[in-house]
Amino acid sequence: MNYKMMGRFLSQILAIEGLFMLPALAISLYGGEAMAVRGFLVTLGVILLLAAVLRILCSGAPSAFYAKEGLVCVGLSWLALSVVGCLPFYISREIPAFVDCFFETVSGFTTTGSSILTDVEALSRGLLYWRSFSHWLGGMGVLVFLLAFTPGDSKGAGFTMHLLRAESPGPDVGKLVPKMRKTAAILYIIYIVLTAINIVLLRLGGMNLFESVCHAFGTAGTGGFGVKADSFGSYSPYLQNVTTVFMALFGVNFSCYYLLLMGRFKSVFKDEELRLYVGVILASTVLIVLNLRGFYGSLEETVRHAAFQVSSIITTTGYATTDFDLWPSFSKTILLCLMVIGASAGSTGGGLKVGRVLLLLKGLRRNIRQTLNPRKVQLVRSNGQVVDERVLGNTNAYLAAYVIILFSVFAIISLDNFSVGTNFSAVLACFNNIGPGLEAVGPACNFSIYSPLSKLALSLAMLAGRLEIFPILVLFSKSTWTRS
Amino acid sequence: MNIIIAGDGKVGAALTRQLASEGYDVTVIDSDSRVLDSSVERYDVISVHGNCAAMDTLLEAGVRDADLLIAVTHADEVNLLCCTTAHALNPKLHTIARIRNPEYTDQIFKMRDVFGLSMAINPEKLAAVEMARLIKYPGFLRRDVFAKGRTEIVELKIDRQSKLCDVSLIDMSAIVKCRVLVCAVLRGGVAQVPNSGDFRLREGDRIFVTAPTENLTILLKSLGIITRKAHNVILVGGGRVSYYLAELLGQEGIGVRLIDRDESRCRLLAAELPRASILQGDGSDMELLESEGLPEADALVTATGLDELNMIVSLYGSVKKVPQVITKLSHMENQSILNCLELGSVICPKDLCSNNIVRYVRAMQNQTGAAVSVHAIADGQVEAMEFIVDENTKNCGVPLKHLKPKRNVLIASITRGAETLIANGDSTFQQGDTIVVVTSGRGVIKQLGDIFA
Repeated sequence: MNYKMMGRFLSQILAIEGLFMLPALAISLYGGEAMAVRGFLVTLGVILLLAAVLRILCSGAPSAFYAKEGLVCVGLSWLALSVVGCLPFYISREIPAFVDCFFETVSGFTTTGSSILTDVEALSRGLLYWRSFSHWLGGMGVLVFLLAFTPGDSKGAGFTMHLLRAESPGPDVGKLVPKMRKTAAILYIIYIVLTAINIVLLRLGGMNLFESVCHAFGTAGTGGFGVKADSFGSYSPYLQNVTTVFMALFGVNFSCYYLLLMGRFKSVFKDEELRLYVGVILASTVLIVLNLRGFYGSLEETVRHAAFQVSSIITTTGYATTDFDLWPSFSKTILLCLMVIGASAGSTGGGLKVGRVLLLLKGLRRNIRQTLNPRKVQLVRSNGQVVDERVLGNTNAYLAAYVIILFSVFAIISLDNFSVGTNFSAVLACFNNIGPGLEAVGPACNFSIYSPLSKLALSLAMLAGRLEIFPILVLFSKSTWTRS
Repeated sequence: MNIIIAGDGKVGAALTRQLASEGYDVTVIDSDSRVLDSSVERYDVISVHGNCAAMDTLLEAGVRDADLLIAVTHADEVNLLCCTTAHALNPKLHTIARIRNPEYTDQIFKMRDVFGLSMAINPEKLAAVEMARLIKYPGFLRRDVFAKGRTEIVELKIDRQSKLCDVSLIDMSAIVKCRVLVCAVLRGGVAQVPNSGDFRLREGDRIFVTAPTENLTILLKSLGIITRKAHNVILVGGGRVSYYLAELLGQEGIGVRLIDRDESRCRLLAAELPRASILQGDGSDMELLESEGLPEADALVTATGLDELNMIVSLYGSVKKVPQVITKLSHMENQSILNCLELGSVICPKDLCSNNIVRYVRAMQNQTGAAVSVHAIADGQVEAMEFIVDENTKNCGVPLKHLKPKRNVLIASITRGAETLIANGDSTFQQGDTIVVVTSGRGVIKQLGDIFA
């Protein structure tokens, strides 16, 4: 394994994290939050030291870099990002227990949005900003950022493909243009522009700058950390509707936006994943509205809450305008299904991904037909193109790994002896990077009830969910670390 | 610049690697998705799966925004159709097709406009031309031509009997009796650019010498390498390379004996090549080679379709002290293996083909003052580049001793009009000069201005 190259990537990632911590430090300085300032400064020192040491140790790296290195590098980077990113919380003593800090930061970077804080509003503003910003960076991915904006000497080499594949969600990750740097830059520019529009629209609705920025970060990364205890409940209907729309927008495959910019409208409107994604959102909203008859005062209010919750859950954001744990059971079941489906491949959202669900369903249909008509050659098509059998095989393997991890974490946290509904929804909420679950971890509650072991297990589940399992799984595989 | 490469075979992959590393936007088309996957994982390129001659595939690959299309699939006809279709879709597109069938040579040349072709390239013909050039000057392992044929960099091996063994560079001109410059030395698999006159040549070194073309004969004579012109050459294998080579040598009046196993192929060759003697037999049969006069031959060329066979026959030729041995290899990814064997000059049609195309690509970019041509020498560890001095060039007219070039950069020669000068401290650049620069740093020098620190 090419440890030196991985070390170099790691040092660059830490440097980027340090750079992005500066605005948070500035906010803390401006607000005179002495403890938070101390937290950020000490962390920056640690980052500087680590990055420099790694840089020096890892000079002169050979250029051999393959799929295995890509997976391990992404897994390690995210672990390092989380461990270092949680230091400000810990050093500033605003969150006393280290496990809690780690959980909170992992929840941030993986765009989950599950919190262990009992009182969000007590946190200082610098730390609140850092918490929300971690969503934004984690949403599109820090290695993608690295590929887009840092000068590299890996000119013309294709190994960066392994990094993109390991960090970007979806069953079949590809580039938009021949050059990796341009591809990554296009993705980030679309991301930045959409985030900026979101901030402006929130400002127009009367939200103050700090809250608009934090909420836009949470929406863009489909994270879900708010700055208020009741998430979006106390904001005006306009602000809620804007957020509904933007959450849905960030759950769309970003290559669709690129195709729109290129004027290829037809291929976007015919995209099967996009159609299914929009269809699921509309159908779920209608079903929940019907199920919620008489629950709220007016039809407008019902539609608004239903649409917000559906958009928030399917994109795995996790904001809430209302305590949906009080909803009738059918509506809650729909939300649980949406948690598993998740957003589109190539978006900032989590979950299984709509594209993968589509492939699984098509593969299933094919296999059923095959048993009825064994001699007929049957292929699976997606957008008119025949899907490679390897992609189908990988998708099935992914589902298997997904279920195994789901139940393993479920078993571990069941040791804490909460109700099955609480535990199951907690695992779904963390593993699919959503945020709130149901019952004791519902939108009005938080994850502080769990033991440190459970929090650690849930943190790893969040990382596995964000990185689509394999980069985290390889870190625990013996064959990764042994020669040959 | 957007480049589409149609066909991801041996040449396609070599081109993909080279062009991607030079920073071009490369799209690769192939009908085998597995080959494409490996290309995308190795090089920073995008791939399109499909038939490259089909319009839909070309459009998907972005042919309308492309600047250059290179068609290098295994079939001539597909390459032609691909270029013709692409050119119809985008009239500004430059197109290069690999055409190997000699029967098409004429019509390709005469009907280039009809086919929409900018350049047709024939790897076997290129290999044959290269071999013929080597046979004309036996003693050089390799020749690279610059400045429209006025300057060359030639490769020589220093063995124990060589007059240059244990000679320092400063004393060299006295021995070779003409002005030449050693621009790179390959010792123990590592290339270095010597920058001091005290550098001493040792046995086993392979040296790369810059010289004006007219001095090559003097160089060879003073080193005692040539005594006479080649008169008879043995060719083993009757493939396309041998066919072209026999034709070229025949025109020069050099006697050719061509050995091939296949009887019908021999008949065909005999019909096409009246001047050559065509022998039917096994080229690896040592007795046959001896009876056909291998010990007296001036040169042995092994060009069968099997690399292993070529290597073995060439080794045998070296053992029998044939003055010049040339080996054709299809695969030469691992240079270090080849250096251990006495194979003489090694010619790889695939590499020649991709080098030629890369040169074309560079020429397309020439407006920016980039290198006119770049040759990889010394096992690819050293680059020799040709620049044209224009009005934007800095330091025109300043003697070189007052300038500070970058580390590992050597100004080898300056060609002014018909005359080539070997650069020394008093040399200067003038507008219109062609300059050859040698560097051991890969991809460091993009423009002439980059050579100065």
